[in-house]
Amino acid sequence: MSSALLAVQVLNGLQLGVLLFLIASGLTLVFGVMNFLNLAHGALFMVGAYLAVFFYQTSGEFFVALPLALICAVGLAMLLEATVLRHFYTADHLAQLLATFGLILILNDSAKAIWGSIPRSLPIPELLDASIPLFGDLSYPVYRLMVIAVGLIVAAALYYIVQHTRFGMLVRAGAADGEMLAALGVDVRKLFMTVLIGGSALAALAGILAGPLIAIQPGMGDTVLILAFVVIVIGGAGSIRGAFIAALLVGLVDTLGRSFATDFFRLFLSPATANEVGPAVASILIYALMALVLALRPAGLFPAAGRT
Amino acid sequence: MRFKRYIAAAAVLPFALAVTAAAEEPLKIGFMTTLSGPAASVGKHMQDGFNLFLKLHGNKLGGRDVRVITVDDELKPDLAVTKAQALIERDKVDFVTGIIFSNVLAAVFKPVTDSATFLISANAGPSIFAGKNCNAYFFNVSWQNDTVPEAMGKYLQEKGPKRIAVLTPNYQAGKDMVAGFKRFYKGEIVDEIYTQLNQLDFSAEIARVAALKPEGVFAFMTGGMGVSLVKQYSQAGLGIAVPFYSVFVVDETTLPATKDTAVGLLSTIQYAPSLDNEANKVFAPAFEEEYGYVPSYYASQAYDAAQLIDSALNKTGGKTDDKEGLRFALQRADFKSVRGDFKFNVNHYPIQDYYLVKAVQRADGAFVTEVVEKVLDDHADSYASQCAMR
Amino acid sequence: MMRAMARYAVAAVVFWGLAAIPLVADFFGQSYLVSLATRIVIFALAAVTLDFLLGIGGLVSLGHAAFIGIGAYVVAVFSLYGVSELLIVLPAAVIASGLFALATGALALRTRGINFIMITLAFAQMLYFGTTSFSALGGDDGFTLPMRSSVLGIRALDSATGLFWISFTLLAFTYLLFQVLALSSFGRALGALKQNSDRMEALGVDRWQIQLRAYVISGGVCAIAGVLLANLTGFVSPSYIAWQRSGDLIIMSVVGGQGTIIGAIAGAAGFLGLEEYLSQYFEYWRLVLGPIAIVIALLVAKPLRFSRRHG
Repeated sequence: MSSALLAVQVLNGLQLGVLLFLIASGLTLVFGVMNFLNLAHGALFMVGAYLAVFFYQTSGEFFVALPLALICAVGLAMLLEATVLRHFYTADHLAQLLATFGLILILNDSAKAIWGSIPRSLPIPELLDASIPLFGDLSYPVYRLMVIAVGLIVAAALYYIVQHTRFGMLVRAGAADGEMLAALGVDVRKLFMTVLIGGSALAALAGILAGPLIAIQPGMGDTVLILAFVVIVIGGAGSIRGAFIAALLVGLVDTLGRSFATDFFRLFLSPATANEVGPAVASILIYALMALVLALRPAGLFPAAGRT
Repeated sequence: MRFKRYIAAAAVLPFALAVTAAAEEPLKIGFMTTLSGPAASVGKHMQDGFNLFLKLHGNKLGGRDVRVITVDDELKPDLAVTKAQALIERDKVDFVTGIIFSNVLAAVFKPVTDSATFLISANAGPSIFAGKNCNAYFFNVSWQNDTVPEAMGKYLQEKGPKRIAVLTPNYQAGKDMVAGFKRFYKGEIVDEIYTQLNQLDFSAEIARVAALKPEGVFAFMTGGMGVSLVKQYSQAGLGIAVPFYSVFVVDETTLPATKDTAVGLLSTIQYAPSLDNEANKVFAPAFEEEYGYVPSYYASQAYDAAQLIDSALNKTGGKTDDKEGLRFALQRADFKSVRGDFKFNVNHYPIQDYYLVKAVQRADGAFVTEVVEKVLDDHADSYASQCAMR
Repeated sequence: MMRAMARYAVAAVVFWGLAAIPLVADFFGQSYLVSLATRIVIFALAAVTLDFLLGIGGLVSLGHAAFIGIGAYVVAVFSLYGVSELLIVLPAAVIASGLFALATGALALRTRGINFIMITLAFAQMLYFGTTSFSALGGDDGFTLPMRSSVLGIRALDSATGLFWISFTLLAFTYLLFQVLALSSFGRALGALKQNSDRMEALGVDRWQIQLRAYVISGGVCAIAGVLLANLTGFVSPSYIAWQRSGDLIIMSVVGGQGTIIGAIAGAAGFLGLEEYLSQYFEYWRLVLGPIAIVIALLVAKPLRFSRRHG
């Protein structure tokens, strides 16, 4: 194992982490501020990717498809909010779980009905379709560097908004004590709507960015949803900073685990056994990480102020 | 005098009616496949392949009208068992066919074969039913899982690289692929890299391959995972230094998604749409015209399942009650397969040719696989000797 | 008094309804209906154990399918050694599952809310990936059982109706068990913890102990469903532990009315029946199930107090 490989894997872990952050940040805000369990969040990731496919087919340009897909996704989120989601703001978690699960079923089968079950493609924009040599003779795709960059910019922007704007103050206050906020005369409904739609936009953006990298098919949001929840639980629900650090942590642990777990076991087990144990351990590593964090800090790493 | 004739006619009439009634009773086929979830695209190919044969033959198999009851197993083995039992007991199907996945097949195998219903797998080909547990009521018209990677192993052993890295998901089918590959490839396997099911991002594994610097990588990665892997491998720019060889990754179910990134990639399989034989010259163009997309080997296998049933019923005169006779007719496999040579081994798995195929872009823009050369001729699986049937 | 009578009435209807299915099936000659009914009874059993935990205790376990899986795999492991006696396998499964619940619950119950949900999921995922990688039992391909379990040597489970009645009896036992527990002081304490755990702890109640006890009982008994499922399908595979299965169980338990115990049985029957019949007639049946889920959610939604401070 060379240091060059380690460096590349760290970069890969960061890139996965940044993508996870984009998805998890919306989810943690919605859960933290509104105490709303939105399972449909992963489906919006899928919707973003499919809309990008659609607009790419019509326009032929990735950078035209991106904003159009984002706008459309926001429109869809607003529609879902108005028709379904807003009826569950004050409901218990289980009802929210049931309703948003129903939304997942509808969105997944709609995608299948419209675009079929065969995976769709979204090519990498030509501008970014290259690899640059980074460490020794190992090169790294430019597109992934762009994803990292976008993720970091969004993280910085979110941090600024949450920490240094009035809106952000409302968000933080809502996460700490929503009842008090309503009592103070804030239009909580509008706040909720904005947070929900903003979060959905972030999920859709993640989907658009991930589109050129992975297979676009119905149900692609489901795996991503689990990862997002793992991230916000580790980070502490309601905390952007927690989501960021947890996302990077999960990305790194998962990537480095997959890369080096089998090697690690080969140090003291036979190759055949290591080949069985290594991948099995790698697949449960992020869950083990979550269990470990929760054992030490049952509320996550950086729970939003006011929560135990 | 005339009376006798009338009496004779009257005596014969009920038998005639009974015979025609039996013949008019439609043949019922239970078509079980995965129509939801990530594998739904494969299920669609198979469904269309089977139904194409019916369309081209006036919805008849062996001269009998057909009623196909299509069932979605949702990749849930326990659900598949319930649905298989419904097909047998409620619908009283004469054949159960389709079946994409080995775990679904393993689940429905016993209930279907125990009920003396013929089970014709048009895709799943695990080794357990090829050896000790071979069964008189089970036929496979696709391949035994190991044989496809065996072909790639042979190709690379003869023509290619001395050092290979292996990349597959960490589950039974993946391990079977590796075992089959190693049966024929005797070069150095620098590493066996196991990934997770439903993994989206392969950057870590690709970086590891790059660091190992093998002379090639052999991959098995189905469905959406395969699409992601191909795209990311291409983006990493490794394709020249470390050529990508695979099985069940690059085919007509994934090429519409991978497009350019898959062009030039080599794999081994028993069918390509461009195969030049009598049956395929009918099948492939008719499929494209009817459904608007290029058929994969999955579709061809389902079509051959229909052909098999048709050929067997032609021999028994459309009758299904004589199980021994029907089995004998099935074993004969007296039909022209779209893949070329085809016959059954004693364990009811195919003995067939395997080809090296390459992904290309056709003149009309579609992405397809094309035959490069034949790798294995009349190849049988390695488990037949353990089967007690003769 | 009235509530108790209403409860008994509903319970009677549900159980007589289920019992009628094999008789009806026999009459119409549709014997596969018996195996569908058995499948409903099995998942109803699992849903009942979950409803006690979730409906009464407020503990949303998104990993309950793990207990079904443990039950099923215990059957598989015993069959490797040639043992298929139900009176050995069943208690072994319950104990194994209970121990798993004890170990995982001890950690999980230190968390609350969404964290609890996710950690129960995490443990189920670990079991799922573990069984997928474990090739001795077939890994992802699963493991076919050579035969069904026998009871005291009698091959009572071999017939479809035999398996149905044994499952039905076990369901009745489970229902009675959890109904009694729900009405006991233990059950009331559990329910009170759901309402306001701060206040309860101020009164000297040990939250962790009571909830852990409930978690272990629930998880242990749930393994019975796994043993029966393995017998029904003759097949054991990691797919029994997939997280979507845990999600299905939650839906079954919620849809029937959380905390009613009997509702879980109705929920299981409704969910599985709907899944079976919708999918026969309509390819995009989830487009129908989705709105149904949303409507049901609207109906069962309980308004929550705004503040999350109180547990």
